[in-house]
Amino acid sequence: MDIWFLIEITLAGLAGGGLYALAALAFVIVYKATRVVNLAIGEMLMIGAYTFFGLSTGLSWPVWLAIPGAVIASALIGGLIERIAIRPMLGEPPISVFMVTVGLSSILVGVVELAWGADTHRLIEFMPRDPIVLGEAFIAPKVFYGFLTALALTLAVLLLFRFWRGGVALRATASDQGAAYAMGIAVPRVFSLSWVAGAAIAAVAGIVVGSIGGLSPTMGIFGLSVLVVVIVGGLDSIAGALVGGLLIGVVEALAGGYLGGEYKLLTTFVVLVVVLMVRPYGLFGTRDIERL
Amino acid sequence: MDRSAGDPILRVEGITLAFGGVKALNQVGFSVAPGSITTLIGPNGAGKTSLFNTISGFYKPNAGSIFVAGRDITHLAPPARAKLGLARSFQNIALFRGMTVLDNIKLGRHVHLRTNVFDALFYLGRARREELALREDIERRIVDFLEIDHIRHASVASLPYGLQKRVELARALAMQPTVLMLDEPVAGMNREETEDMARFILDLRAEWGITVLMVEHDMGMVMDLSDHVVVLNFGQVIADGTPTQVQADPEVIRAYLGAGDVADLRRRLRAEAA
Repeated sequence: MDIWFLIEITLAGLAGGGLYALAALAFVIVYKATRVVNLAIGEMLMIGAYTFFGLSTGLSWPVWLAIPGAVIASALIGGLIERIAIRPMLGEPPISVFMVTVGLSSILVGVVELAWGADTHRLIEFMPRDPIVLGEAFIAPKVFYGFLTALALTLAVLLLFRFWRGGVALRATASDQGAAYAMGIAVPRVFSLSWVAGAAIAAVAGIVVGSIGGLSPTMGIFGLSVLVVVIVGGLDSIAGALVGGLLIGVVEALAGGYLGGEYKLLTTFVVLVVVLMVRPYGLFGTRDIERL
Repeated sequence: MDRSAGDPILRVEGITLAFGGVKALNQVGFSVAPGSITTLIGPNGAGKTSLFNTISGFYKPNAGSIFVAGRDITHLAPPARAKLGLARSFQNIALFRGMTVLDNIKLGRHVHLRTNVFDALFYLGRARREELALREDIERRIVDFLEIDHIRHASVASLPYGLQKRVELARALAMQPTVLMLDEPVAGMNREETEDMARFILDLRAEWGITVLMVEHDMGMVMDLSDHVVVLNFGQVIADGTPTQVQADPEVIRAYLGAGDVADLRRRLRAEAA
């Protein structure tokens, strides 16, 4: 067996997994704070990618301006979604809120098709082109830089959660809403904050995913793999998102490399089933099970 | 302690709270004198916890007003009330379970910190350092005071029940409240734990001058500790006074024991039939 082939595939898997981790992070932040299972996570990635496309290609903004522009616009959209669609559902059964996010994903796809059509688009090239070579292993540059972005952002979020007051407020809210409210934490604002942050992170992930695989209104499918990641990692665990993302990324890459592309999904879902059988609340999740 | 001294620190006026057609609270009114220990008692379902939740802002009353130090807080959200000095504990312990004891206590000061992320990263001004030092000092005093120094870094989920209750009290104290609301502080505790808690409640008033409003079922503790007892039954105040006055009140005895006297019951039935 060629050891460099294995290394190359594993690295590619880790890099792809980094993106899963980032998207999973966007999911986990919202779930942690609000207990909302956001099925529209893939579509929120898509919105971020298309906003970037609109700014950079449509309005010809320079890339350094278009990226923050797209992230901020997506964050605002995230806040708007929380205010309009999620806040009114406060106190409703989880299944109802879940269904709202299902509807939300359809609306987002519809908006994108109205604005940009159903055709696929390519994002402008903005990452360095030189391939990354480690020994005899080769990594596609976009995948590599995407991974670095994902890693940096995940670390930043972890640090914010630990040390920033808003992060602490968010953890407290996640732990006990009533107590947090009585302690002087503005719980509704924490809800908004989590959606804003989730949407911003999703936008970054979306821009990277879009620049690797191109844009289409069906790119929300990516969200399906993200759901696998968060279920494996545990819905409310940031560490779980990170480890789950990398794990699923590597498993997919290995399955694709050794068994063939058609086995990617099969292997992923086998991993999902095995993890759920051993730890029904995910690898790092809290031990209470949400029934949907 | 003299209850008539000074204006009330907390005043509840004509509070009515209905869930659908059920009136959980009906025209409830009472005042709490500064520095006093006031206790709400009443049979199960009398509306004590509903009243607590209304005072701390979780429920919006259908009618009536709530004043803290003369200021109308009826329409303020819970965080704003916390800022004005209302702190509370919960009947079922509501600690942040994933965190350590110290983290939980530190969250109590959340309400008094006004920094944003940039302050936290870059601003290390002297005043702020001093403020932080002061806060740390207060936290240390609270930890010492409640004798939980040995479990500072323990995860709260791993602690026995009595200690969890104590940590919840510590967290409420870290908010530096003027009025501390305790919902059944000794429920489920054994005798020794109950005595400890009673001592803490008396000491915290002596040390920090905090006014205490509590809901409690342990009558021994209620009568020993309270300056002022308010009795609720079916959402209404049926008695209000010193422990001795309340204990002797026939209405209270009836609410707790039912009409114990058979002759009295007969008399009432006859009166109703007539």
